[in-house]
Amino acid sequence: MTALSAVQATYVVAAVLFIASLAGLSRQESARRGNVLGIIGMALALVATVALALVQSQRPWQVTAALILGVLVVGATIGTWRVRRVEMTQMPELIALLHSFVGLAAVLVGFGSYLSAPRSGTVHLVEVFLGVLIGAVTFTGSVVANLKLSARMRSAPLRLPGRNLINLGLVVASAALLAWFLTATAAGSEATALTALVLVAVVALVLGWHLVASIGGGDMPVVVSMLNSYSGWAAAAAGFMLGNDLLIITGALVGSSGAILSYIMCRAMNRSFVSVILGGYGTTPGAVDAGPAGEHRETFAAEVAAQLTAASSVVIVPGYGMAVAKAQYPVADLTEKLRSRGVQVRFGVHPVAGRLPGHMNVLLAEAKVPYDVVLGMDEINADLPDTDVVLVIGANDTVNPAAQDDPASPIAGMPVLEVWKAREVVVFKRSMATGYAGVQNPLFFRENTAMVFGDAKEQVDRIITSL
Amino acid sequence: MQIGIPREPRPGERLVAGTPATVRQLVALGYDVVVEDGAGERANLPNVAYVEAGARLAGREQVWAADVVTCVNPPSDELELLRPGAVLVSQLAPAARPERIEALAACRVTALALDAVPRISRAQALDVLSAQSNVAGYRAVVEAAEEFGGMFTGQVTAAGTTPPATVFVIGAGVAGLAAIGTASSMGAQVRAFDVRPEAAEQIESLGAVAVAGQGAAQEVSADGYARALTADQESAALRTYAAESAAADVVVTTALVRGAAPTTITTEMVAAMRPGSVVVDLAATGGGNCELTVPGERVVSDNGVVVLGYTDLPGRMPQHTSQLFGTNVVNLVSLMTPAKDGRLVVDLDDVVVRAMTLTRDGEVLWPPPPVPVSAAPSPPAPAPEPVGPSPAEQAAAHRSRSRRNGLLAAAAAVLVGLAVAASPPDTIGHFTVFALAVVVGFYVISAVTHALHTPLMAQTNAISGIILVGALLQIGVDDWVVTSLAVAAATLASINVFGGFLVANRMIRMFRKGAPAGAPTATEVAR
Repeated sequence: MTALSAVQATYVVAAVLFIASLAGLSRQESARRGNVLGIIGMALALVATVALALVQSQRPWQVTAALILGVLVVGATIGTWRVRRVEMTQMPELIALLHSFVGLAAVLVGFGSYLSAPRSGTVHLVEVFLGVLIGAVTFTGSVVANLKLSARMRSAPLRLPGRNLINLGLVVASAALLAWFLTATAAGSEATALTALVLVAVVALVLGWHLVASIGGGDMPVVVSMLNSYSGWAAAAAGFMLGNDLLIITGALVGSSGAILSYIMCRAMNRSFVSVILGGYGTTPGAVDAGPAGEHRETFAAEVAAQLTAASSVVIVPGYGMAVAKAQYPVADLTEKLRSRGVQVRFGVHPVAGRLPGHMNVLLAEAKVPYDVVLGMDEINADLPDTDVVLVIGANDTVNPAAQDDPASPIAGMPVLEVWKAREVVVFKRSMATGYAGVQNPLFFRENTAMVFGDAKEQVDRIITSL
Repeated sequence: MQIGIPREPRPGERLVAGTPATVRQLVALGYDVVVEDGAGERANLPNVAYVEAGARLAGREQVWAADVVTCVNPPSDELELLRPGAVLVSQLAPAARPERIEALAACRVTALALDAVPRISRAQALDVLSAQSNVAGYRAVVEAAEEFGGMFTGQVTAAGTTPPATVFVIGAGVAGLAAIGTASSMGAQVRAFDVRPEAAEQIESLGAVAVAGQGAAQEVSADGYARALTADQESAALRTYAAESAAADVVVTTALVRGAAPTTITTEMVAAMRPGSVVVDLAATGGGNCELTVPGERVVSDNGVVVLGYTDLPGRMPQHTSQLFGTNVVNLVSLMTPAKDGRLVVDLDDVVVRAMTLTRDGEVLWPPPPVPVSAAPSPPAPAPEPVGPSPAEQAAAHRSRSRRNGLLAAAAAVLVGLAVAASPPDTIGHFTVFALAVVVGFYVISAVTHALHTPLMAQTNAISGIILVGALLQIGVDDWVVTSLAVAAATLASINVFGGFLVANRMIRMFRKGAPAGAPTATEVAR
């Protein structure tokens, strides 16, 4: 048994552990085990890899060992430090940032792979080229997503004229560069080939930046899961170029994971993946009527408290506004108080609520809301007609009846939470402004809807005081 | 403006269109109320009470000459006393008495029929038929109980037990339901039938048995009223009535279709009933559901069945009925006095007012355009107008889309196949692993619950840090450029590995199950 075959065996075990880890994440009860299995798999893979790296080291093994140790210590320190202080509301930014690391690492590994074996056959060269391309797109795309999510960049979509043509041009340029890269290598000119590889990296960096900059903040759940998918494909491409099955398996798992999440998000918005990727709502300016469409009724904390006291079932529908106001803690308090009085309180979470798939669930879990009262759209919709009071906290488009009633609406056909069927609806909102889609929400003008204006956190606190 | 409340012209009528309580409300709306001397006498409402409520007493001519006159029964001779341009608010039975509408138009009065209120929720408060039918249904059972030679509720005495009476109610409208409720509360066994299938639930909610008539049921009505039956339905319904009435001690029949009374109880059915049984015909005003009914009279059949055709059932309880009627009038006047300034506005754009208005300025406005609203659970809403492509076009578009997708997939498969075939053997092995991993990933990830998608992303993120493996292997390469690149890559990837797993762990640990405090949740109950 050689060192290599022992390492390969360990990789198989690690791959199985990764699959078991993701399977474990399917339910809350087994999620912790899934997390631990993933960690074990990673540890095994790393130990085996370090051993192999030392065996194969072309330098004295002590140097390599020192470098590896240094890398791991730095990585562990930064990673742990960054993650310990992150707030749950900032989770989307963090995840986007982590994606960018994978992308950049894939680019660097691609270059390293090319430099260490510049004449290794066409297949390997294509793999290197694709690895760099995907890695670079992932890198800038994730950086832009991170900047948009952390509000360091305007979240409105960048609308360059002919942006689809720009994207197409960049893709065509990459294909041309691939041809150049291959012919240059075949001709034996390494410097030219390296130039082509650097150029494609630049082109891909621009492509990634432009692609995500053209997408608005509200479509970020799709973008982040798409980038998650890309980071997986980048790892898989690295696996191909290094001939490493563990990287291929892992990359494919992550890639299909992100793809499925993107698909779920798109279905929840009733839009095709392509239309999300190629730009957000309002691609046809002027079709959107953002003007007021009726009179709304305003209500105040004390009245809402009275309504809640009289209710026997309450459903809370959170949206991105709750995350912005950090209102999850008072909302959890409110839930606790009402539940202790025997009021049935449940949460209805729309699949695209927030800026990350499952974002609301994490925020509510952070505030110690039990997960078994947090239900998905399909689970809660049937119960809404029998609900006494619905509190809509910072959600807008996901509760818009126009999606069902108005075939001309930009969000027509999008599945929504049918809160208007409840006896009373209270909407917490900063102002009468429209939501992400820029569509007026007829819910606000319904007879059974009342509006509470102002900061969601303060208002919920006030309700708790008046209870 | 003045509102006149006259003494009812119909002989024997004990009701009055306003009580001191409703007069007070009319005064509060800004009206001068004139009440005819002795108008409320027969309902035990003395003149002095009206005066205390703010009304003025006046003679017959003066009251009928008011701007607005409201009465319970339609005026006949008194029409001459009305001023042209005055508003008459009364029960006018427009469907049954079209000639009356002509007479009203000839007098140039604006006539509002309190018995033509559309059945929409907003208008319930002014619907006299609803309130009066309720009262009549109650009284029908009271009258039947008096005529019936037995007790409604079963009694257990020292001398033995008696069975409860069987009451059969035809028609579960407002009157029918009131009769069902009253008879049940008196202890009778109540059975009821209605041609509208949606009524069965209401019948059962009052404690009665809903009789299923084979083939007699209509489809759900759009306006809350029953329609005339087809010949088949009618014969099926008659068979049901025959079977049920023969077994019943009391039959209350309330079938009125647009003011007209279809026959439900034939002479033969009465002949088949037990002596001493009672038939109360609430449709006597429309001619009667029972063939033996004489409107306004008590008739005894040859075999000793009592048939009551009283048309004044609400009037037999004048105090409460007048109060309810007066409240209907107040609600109407209030609706038509938007400014609360004592000025009545006839706004024909309001569907409620439009439906009630029979004549205006000599012009006949009856029948009004239909207001289709059902009091029953609405039938499946009509499909919205197809704005986009029709279903057939959509199907065609879908077919062509899936054909295009199929072609694209086939082309992609061919390309990948060619690429793989052109690759060296070990790359083919990698492709196999890759394809299998994608499929496995698809199934594994599809099972993940939505709530865990954010931890899932963090976890997959950490796992995709596996690229660290590739970077570590490059560190030992004997080329400082490659080594530097690999060190940078490995640092980034290791941040990912540690950060991703930690943050996923942090999130996953936050998910906790509900404490036993408060209502048990669905999952807890299921266990």
